[in-house]
Amino acid sequence: MYTQGLDQSGKGDPGARGEETAAQLDVFQARIDAEEKIEAKDWMPEAYRRTLIRQISQHAHSEIIGMQPEGNWLTRAPTLKRKAILLAKVQDEAGHGLYLYSAAETLGVSRDEMVGDLLSGKAKYSSIFNYPTLTWADIGAIGWLVDGAAIMNQIPLCRCSYGPYSRAMVRVCKEESFHQRQGYELMLTLCRGTAEQKAMAQDALNRFWWPALMMFGPNDASSSHSAQSMAWKIKRFSNDELRQKFIDVTVPQAEFLGLTVPDNKLTFNKESRHYEHSDIDWQEFFDVIAGNGPCNKQRMAKRRKAQDDGAWVREAARAHAAKKAARSAAA
Amino acid sequence: MSKQEWPLYEVFIRSHSGLSHRHAGSVHAADDEMALSNARDTYTRRSEGVSIWVVRSDQIIASDPAETAAFFEPAEDKIYRHPTFYEIPDEVENL
Repeated sequence: MYTQGLDQSGKGDPGARGEETAAQLDVFQARIDAEEKIEAKDWMPEAYRRTLIRQISQHAHSEIIGMQPEGNWLTRAPTLKRKAILLAKVQDEAGHGLYLYSAAETLGVSRDEMVGDLLSGKAKYSSIFNYPTLTWADIGAIGWLVDGAAIMNQIPLCRCSYGPYSRAMVRVCKEESFHQRQGYELMLTLCRGTAEQKAMAQDALNRFWWPALMMFGPNDASSSHSAQSMAWKIKRFSNDELRQKFIDVTVPQAEFLGLTVPDNKLTFNKESRHYEHSDIDWQEFFDVIAGNGPCNKQRMAKRRKAQDDGAWVREAARAHAAKKAARSAAA
Repeated sequence: MSKQEWPLYEVFIRSHSGLSHRHAGSVHAADDEMALSNARDTYTRRSEGVSIWVVRSDQIIASDPAETAAFFEPAEDKIYRHPTFYEIPDEVENL
């Protein structure tokens, strides 16, 4: 799963700009233009570092929070097979969060600092995880649409100019395909089932379609950070380009399921070979980002509780390690 | 929030016997043993490895990227170390 164009804040970071010479910046940009990868200890502009820390940590937080909507159905999966699959998927999301935290740490930010920013509400995570999973079909819709949108976003990130991030994304993308396919297969099973099951699948599509499109972030015209991220090759395609690609590949998949995409203006333009769609309700998007989505409070409360409840385990493990070290030093 | 972070370990994985270990990423762990199991759970969920090395990140000694040019300079001007430096007539085979 993936974070989105949330890197709006922090625009005009002063950073260490004063100490960065034009010559340094030129050399850096030349490396980027030559498709060289930037590695952890290389010189980089402070704004590049900050943009990456913000983006990678938001991405990591999204993976971690993203475990909640699906975790909601772990105990209620309809069969043992589906339960095992869902467990593996949720475990993958935790893994993706860890790869990403590990990549962000190479930029000189600590894990505790990042987790602290999430818990305090300073750091954002993808808006999609603030929607509830009301039925079992939502698990299918998440795999198919949410992970599908994530893949669209993440494949270009495998070529991101920052080495540790791009390597983490390669690993994530390999695993993401399973997520999307299990989701689509789940939808397919429901659509081939009873009328009631198919209606459940349709309802899930109805609720997740628009939030999935919002995952690509604001329209290009209002996405303030994009140009710089493109120049730095952190980003390779614009929000709207990726969104269009996603719509173009997903609509035929919905048709195969016999489901209707909830957009009465959706039409295929034969000349452009693209689907045209209705405007997105950006007010909803900004409301959810601002903390007023259906589940924001619940997600944060659960994450904070997990952090608090685990504190004694972390402390006990540290005490145990210290004791063992002391004992082996004495021996 | 924990008062003190668990130490960071770098993880290296041998994917098949016959290949060398390769850097995969990092994990936090309270001790070496936990670092190994965390590395296994994080980086080998799909049988990506047959062997794992973990090492405390603060124990790694690395060359300085800012000094790259100077540090690797001694190898730069020794082109005679490469086979293409030597001109051998085309008629001579298997060389």
